[in-house]
Order: sequence, then structure tokens, then C-alpha cells
Amino acid sequence: MLKTLELKHQYDAKVKFEFPDIICETKQTLLVLGQSGVGKSTLLHILAGILPPSSGQVFIEDSSLYKQNPRALDRYRGSHIGLVFQKPHFVQSVSAQENLALAQRFAGHPVDKNKISHLLTSLNISHRSEAKTFSMSQGEQQRLSIARALINEPKVILADEPTSALDDKNCEEVLALLETQAQAAGAALIIVTHDNRLKDLFSHQVTLN
Amino acid sequence: MHLIKLAWKNLIHNPLNLFLNLILLTLGIGLINFILLMNTQLKDKFEKNLGGVNMVVGAKGSPLQMILSSMYHIDSPTGNISIKEGTPFLREGHPLIDLSVPLSLGDNHKGYRIVGTDHSILKLYDAKLAEGKLWNNLYEVTIGSRVAEELGLGIGAQFTSSHGFNHDEDLTHDHGVLTVKGILKPTGSVIDLLILVSTESVWAVHEDHDHEGHDHEDHSDHDHSADETHQGHDHSDHGHNHGDHDHSDHSGHDHDDHTGHDHAGHDHDEHQHDGHDHSGHDHSGHDHSEHNHQNDLSRSHLLTHGDKDITSILVKFKNPKNFQVLQLPRNINENTDLQAASPAYEINRLYDMMGTGTKALQLIALLIAIVSALSIFVSLLNSLKQRKYELSLLRVMGGKPTSLLTLILIEGLLLTILGYIIGMLVSHIGMSGLGQNLEEKYNYEFVPWVLHGKEGLLLGATLLLGTIAALIPALMAYGTDIHKNLSQG
Repeated sequence: MLKTLELKHQYDAKVKFEFPDIICETKQTLLVLGQSGVGKSTLLHILAGILPPSSGQVFIEDSSLYKQNPRALDRYRGSHIGLVFQKPHFVQSVSAQENLALAQRFAGHPVDKNKISHLLTSLNISHRSEAKTFSMSQGEQQRLSIARALINEPKVILADEPTSALDDKNCEEVLALLETQAQAAGAALIIVTHDNRLKDLFSHQVTLN
Repeated sequence: MHLIKLAWKNLIHNPLNLFLNLILLTLGIGLINFILLMNTQLKDKFEKNLGGVNMVVGAKGSPLQMILSSMYHIDSPTGNISIKEGTPFLREGHPLIDLSVPLSLGDNHKGYRIVGTDHSILKLYDAKLAEGKLWNNLYEVTIGSRVAEELGLGIGAQFTSSHGFNHDEDLTHDHGVLTVKGILKPTGSVIDLLILVSTESVWAVHEDHDHEGHDHEDHSDHDHSADETHQGHDHSDHGHNHGDHDHSDHSGHDHDDHTGHDHAGHDHDEHQHDGHDHSGHDHSGHDHSEHNHQNDLSRSHLLTHGDKDITSILVKFKNPKNFQVLQLPRNINENTDLQAASPAYEINRLYDMMGTGTKALQLIALLIAIVSALSIFVSLLNSLKQRKYELSLLRVMGGKPTSLLTLILIEGLLLTILGYIIGMLVSHIGMSGLGQNLEEKYNYEFVPWVLHGKEGLLLGATLLLGTIAALIPALMAYGTDIHKNLSQG
């Protein structure tokens, strides 16, 4: 469960965002819609524990995210928050499954090879586990980044424009995958996007302006 | 641990960069280590062979050349001196002299120098017999351990000496067949490379073979600095064709008979050694047919041959700091036809001369090391730019800023450690190559696979270099702004 309270962020005198309070229960999906420049990325990064807001609070499971010290916040982020980027980024020098192993290690967990192969199988990319990420197709990369977001069984999954680069067919597939995996993991799923195709697919949504 | 693994994967992910950096590091570190290795070994060789000798007395010429030839056996002598001239130093009971060693040089066997001397030389280098006995009689030799090992000579082995200092079949003295009587234990000093005979054996070999009244003094006046010394004068001419002088009795004399000392019927009195004065020489009338090569090795006996020549005298003083002792070399140089030189001084002069070259090399090595640090710096910085999302990603996945700092530092250090290891290997391989070359030329053994004691220091310097090169990129990684980086992509 994630909720926010009176979040505000100010970069400088001119650029200044105020966000509506949002709440997303476990196994629920929240769609955050907004055009460019309304602070989508800012909100996403605040929710992800990357960017401390100027004021207001983020609660995950009733604990305030930014009340932790920076070190603990890094750990917490790795362990409990899964991020899916618009353009998948990976560690180029290691293979697909090693990328997942790194996600476990950096979050402070031991490497669980069974879990990795299980996850890769459920996302249908187990045959690519030894491949370097740059040799994978876009669809495979998108699945791998979902796998990475899920590997530590996070409480919240944040997806940043996960569909804007995809055609309709792939868009539906990825959304279905995100939803089923988030529900299977018992996580709250928040999708931040300007992609209007998604507007009618989710009942729970917030629009930024 | 996983950071080291990741750092390694990152390095090999960019093989061209890795290759370039390693080449530069290997060159820099390898060159530095090679110089260190070379210097310590040379110094070691020079110092071990000083043997406590404070002064060398020989014929006038280059003092360094005299030291090199008499103490290190790597150059030709400056000339000869007569026993008469050297008597003050050779005589026993000199108030200032602890030990003096006469040397007669001029012959070799397969490149190993034959040194005519007495047993006092053993004291200089602390040499002891491994087997057999010391040289006593004419044509008896005791050989150094390396000579025995390299030439495969054992007790009882016989060989002929050759004129000069380089192995040359044409210059073999067929008359002087030498017999190995003893082998010395290894000492690590130059005596391991020597073939020791009595002074008189050296004379005898040359007398037996003294064609065209060509005496030893003439020989040493030849330009020995041109390496192939004796090729200049045509020995094939007198290659036992004694036509030049009156050896009429020799005609039909089969020289092969002489191997094994078969001097039977070979009456020395019948030789007409023109211009060769045997008077006052105990050996005149010496009957070779009896094979009675008795040889008195005592110093007083040597001094009876006042008109004979030796090459030089190594002198060890009782008290090297004595005022008179300090004046002695100068007195000799100013007041006699002899030359006196201090090995320590001449070797220091040699170091100074080599020092310029070594310094230039060191400077180049240092420059390469600095360039390699720059190259590491630039390639880390470049990779940082390419990897800014990756580094942000590591932070998103739970990595601390210090994890990124450590990661980049490890990348720099791994590179330098690898460069250090390869540089070490390459320098030792280079040393073994050069060592072999030097061994062929001078018989000196260079040990390529030894430590010189400064490896730790060099490793420390290498790690420092890696740290400095990686520090700024590492700090930049530490300060990665995840929000900014991810917003851009």
C-alpha cells in the first residue's frame, strides 16, 4: 500500500509542482495520467525514493519513506520498490540473469538462482538468460526490466511510461504482464504515463495538470 | 566481492580500452622493473667481485680497463708489467699490504679466461675446493664451478688454451695441454668463471708456442678494444708452419703427438727461441722428456723471474684508511711506469657513466607510467559518461553512493594490478633474454627470476597510480544524480 500526503516539489522559483494525494492499495493498479511538463517524472521519482520532495510525505505500508536516513533509503528502495523504465536500462557488461542477480545483491539480498530462473520462465525469456541485454529484442528487454522490478518481491511497482514506445499489441501484452505479476507478487502497481490508450483500461486513475 | 566481479566484467566489456591501458601499464611498469632488476644485478656482480681488493697495479693505460680486465675479466688488459717492477707489491712482508695476487692473463679456453696466479687468489674470493686438488705443477689447472658446469669438464679432463679472450679455434696453443686437477665450489663471484693455473704454466704455454719471437708484451699492445682482437694478425700464417724462424728440427714433427703431453723426444734445447732469453730461468735445461713438471708456487720463487711478465697485481691493504695507503696509488702513478687504480673508485665512475643512460630510461619509464595513468583516467571518465544510466540503475537497485565510488576505484586498481603483474612478467622475460645475451658475451650469469627487493615499493606506487587515475571518476560516480540522469532518458 502506498499513499502520499500533500506532496510539493520546487526546483526553483519558476518550476514548482503540487501533487494531489494519491493512494494505491496492495494488488491494486493506479494510473497516473498527465501530459509532458506536469511533473510526471518528478512525482515518479519522489514515489520511488529517488528525489526527496520539498514538502509532504510518502507512506509505504504506513512507514514514511523519507524519514529514513539516505543509506537505509537506498536499501529500502532496492528491496521494496520495483521500477520499470520507459526505455529499459541494464548493466551492459553482464548477462540477463546476472542483471537480476545484481538487483538482488545491491538490495542486500543473497542471490537466489532458482528464483531468477523461475521468474525468467514465467516471463517467457528463460531461453535468453545467458544473453547480454543489448542483444535482446525490445520486447525481451521490456520483460527483463519487469523481471528486475519484481525480483525482490517489492511492495510497490512503479512503471514509467511502460507502453509509450510499444504498438497496440505489445502495449496490451505488457500491461497484462505487469498487472498479473504485480498481483502475483502482492504489490501495488502505479503506472505513470501520457499514453491515452490506457485511459479506459483502468478505473483507478489520477490526472496531473 | 560482487563489486570486484562487476568491475572485472566492466573492464572486459571494453576490450580495446583494456588492451590499450594494459599495454601502457606493462610498458611503464615493465621498464621500471627491468631497470631495477638490471641495476641490482650489475651492482651485485660488481660488489661481490670486489673481493676486498683495494688497489690494482698494472701497466699504464685506462684505469677502468685495467680494473675491468683484472677484476671482472670482461675487458682486455692494459699491458704487462715485469715481475721486477711488481716486486715491491708481490714481496711478502710489505708493511701495508695484507694480500697481493699476481695475475697473468692472455689466454682462454672456449671463452673462459685462463689466469696464471698462485693460491692467494682463493683467499680473495673465499673459494674452496669442491673436488680434486689445487693447481701445483705445470699445466695443471683448477677450474671455477661455472667453467666445470658449462663446459662439462671433470677431474682429469684435458684441453688446450687459446690465445686471446675470445674463443677462436685458430689460436689454439697445441703445445699447452692443460689438465683439470680440481674444481672449486661455487662462490657467486668471478672466480667461478676462471681457469686457474700457475704463472709459470702461462709462460710455459707461450714459450712452447712462441712463434716469431712474438712475445706477450706485443700481444697486449694490440688493439684489444676491437673485439675480434687476434683476427687482425694472421695466425693462419704461423699456424704451426714455423717457417718464419729456425725450427728446422721441427720439420716432420707431428703435432698431434703432443696431445697427452707426449713430449718424448721433444728436446727443448733444440728449439731456437730466437731473441728469447732463457738465462736466469730455472726452466732452461728443463728436461721435458722426463715429464717432471715440478713447479714451485711460492712467492719467493716467482720473484726470481725478475724479467718475466705478468699482467697485474691485485692488492688488499691491511688498513685501507691508512694515510700512507691513501697516498700509495698516486705515488705509483706519478713515480713509476706502473699504474695503480682503486676498483671501488673506478666502478663508481662506471656507475656514473651508466647512470646517465639509466636515468634517461627511468625518465622514459616514468613518462609512460604517467601517460598510462592519464589513459586510465580518460577511459574511466568516458565509460562513466556511457554508463550514467547504468550507474543510476545501480543506485535504484539499492546501491549506495559509496558502492559506485568503490566500483570505479576497483576498476582502476584492477587495471593497474593486472598491468603490474604483466609488467613484472615481461621485465623478467626481458631480463632472461638479455641475461642470455650477456652470458654468451661475458660468461657472467644473470638470474632473471629473482626479486630485487623493491617489488613491494613498485606495487605500492602502481596502486597509488591507479587510485589517483580513478579518484576523480570515482568521485563523479559517487555524486551521480539519479533523478537528473533518469529524467533525461
